[in-house]
Amino acid sequence: MMSALLKHRERFLALVILALILVVGAITPSFLSPNSLVSAFNDTSILMILAMGQMLVILTRCIDLSVAANLALTGMVVGMINAAYPGVPVPLLILFAMAMGACLGAINGFFVWVVGVPAIVVTLGTMSIYRGTIFLLSDGAWVNAHQMSAGFISLPRTVVLGMPVMSWIGIIVVAAFYFATRHLRLGRDFFTSGGNPTAAFYTGVSVGKVQFKAFVVSGMLAGLCGYLWVSRYAVAYVDVANGFELQVIAACVIGGISIMGGVGTVLGCALGALFLGVINNALPVLGVSPFWQMAISGAVIIIAVIANSTAERSKGRIILRRAVSKRATPSQHQEA
Amino acid sequence: MFKKLFPALTAMMSIAYLAPAHAEDDVRIALVVKAMGIGFFEAANEGAQEAAEELGNVEIIYTGPTTTTAEGQIEVISSLIAQRVDAIAVSANDQDALVPILSRAQQRGIKVISWDSGVAPEGRSVHLSPSSDDLIGRMNVQLAADALEAKGVSSGQMAILSATPTSTNQNVWIEEMKKVLPEFPQLEFVDTVYGDDLADKSYREAVALMRNHPDLDVIVAPTTVGILAAAQAVSDEGRVGEVYVTGLGLPSELAGHVESGAMHNFAIWNPIDLGYAATTIAYNLVMDNATETSVDMGRMGTAQLDENGSAAMAEPFIYDATNVEDFADIF
Repeated sequence: MMSALLKHRERFLALVILALILVVGAITPSFLSPNSLVSAFNDTSILMILAMGQMLVILTRCIDLSVAANLALTGMVVGMINAAYPGVPVPLLILFAMAMGACLGAINGFFVWVVGVPAIVVTLGTMSIYRGTIFLLSDGAWVNAHQMSAGFISLPRTVVLGMPVMSWIGIIVVAAFYFATRHLRLGRDFFTSGGNPTAAFYTGVSVGKVQFKAFVVSGMLAGLCGYLWVSRYAVAYVDVANGFELQVIAACVIGGISIMGGVGTVLGCALGALFLGVINNALPVLGVSPFWQMAISGAVIIIAVIANSTAERSKGRIILRRAVSKRATPSQHQEA
Repeated sequence: MFKKLFPALTAMMSIAYLAPAHAEDDVRIALVVKAMGIGFFEAANEGAQEAAEELGNVEIIYTGPTTTTAEGQIEVISSLIAQRVDAIAVSANDQDALVPILSRAQQRGIKVISWDSGVAPEGRSVHLSPSSDDLIGRMNVQLAADALEAKGVSSGQMAILSATPTSTNQNVWIEEMKKVLPEFPQLEFVDTVYGDDLADKSYREAVALMRNHPDLDVIVAPTTVGILAAAQAVSDEGRVGEVYVTGLGLPSELAGHVESGAMHNFAIWNPIDLGYAATTIAYNLVMDNATETSVDMGRMGTAQLDENGSAAMAEPFIYDATNVEDFADIF
């Protein structure tokens, strides 16, 4: 029963999300209005986009702790450019943000691939460096709503076919990832490199290079979100999205991306982000005590990790390790 | 060579040690802030520089940690003690954690005052509050009443959007607001929510407030991140003119929202005045120009000290469409 549920993890998550929405709706009917649901989805878009990039990084057995700092730095730079040169067209600014984010991601990738430093150490370092850079660039000053151009602020909120542009960007990114991870060679390489690096090497995949690419993509999406975030909240300052990287990683974990690498799906990851988004939007509507809000989010993450580890226990690739451990066990007994 | 130099050096050092505030030398006053790069404190520094110019022989050392931690401030203060400054004026990240290091500073003859965010009495001689808690509480409720007037209704609902539920000054202000509410019968208080001073969470909480209370008229946010996020949420939800946001914030950050109509007015103590007053008080302490009960604050008047050495500068200053643009250029 349990394993059947976990095999269909996406379906299970989707049902949980649906149940959650219905329960919240039963308590506060206004939550079910189309307006409110669209705004909850819109609110989750940034988390969903970042989770896509993080998913690739985690698939290759790495982790990117610098996404939120990258987002804040590119957001600040884009905001400052807009404040100083309001004439620069917004699409150009978005392209610039993505390029800049990709460069920041490439720095992580370089240290992981070429220098061989563990990803958690590299990104922990760059996380602080990027945050510090924001301070150096801005001198601590905020970029505020009235300094930004009208186009800069209005683009993500422009409603197209009933949903704001920001929601559509989220949907497009998820769709692109769905296609890429299924049909492109690079997409498959992320799974191969994380699932079995040795086998990947023998099949001609450079694991380091794939990890590098994962960091670049993660950085590029962080750059895109940098613009979206600053535009959405119409303010850029040093502490933008402080601690948001943990939500992004949590979304991946809840979505069934294995921290051990190689296992996960785009749909699961997107649902993981949606799940957190619904919780984030539902708890204030329900008027849950702020102390409980944190406890609930934390409990959900732990439950997801437990579900993940039980799901992984029956994976084929561990058979070999089990055989090894069987051989090792008797000798250990003899020694004792 | 060394033998000759050594006594001379020690003599020089002991003179410097014994007479830190020699009249011909500049009086060195360190302005220690909660964290570098916060507009409010940058503006306070501007006021301190103004005071320094006015007083003539004062050098301001503007410093602070990069994040708002007590540990960071302790490091900064130890290095200031090593530099033998004449006075330290600190806005503390923790009222108790800084006491030991500041006591050490006082033992070395450095005058210590706290301003904005206070230190326990053992750690400083004077504390200068920008305003008093009851004045701030009253001001916030008054602003909510002003918003009702701007909306043209005789009575309405108000809600509070705060920072974290454990934030001391926020909770004291909310308490003070509730105390004066009975004097404003036109205001019906409906809810308090917490945005943790995060833009995304504050935004969501503001949206939820408008959903849960469809007849809400005013959101009062006595915190800068919260007030911005709430104003943005009101604009995005298309509720400008129906829901007014007010509270405490900086003119440069809120000018756009006053212009858009999401806010009618808001208040903040003038950080320039605060930096100016803190510097003048520190200077007068170094110069021994203070009594147990009062100390001069230059153009800000005289600070009346209570039995704990605390004083309030002035009541918060109100900003609206008529003056926000002028102040937006300053802080």
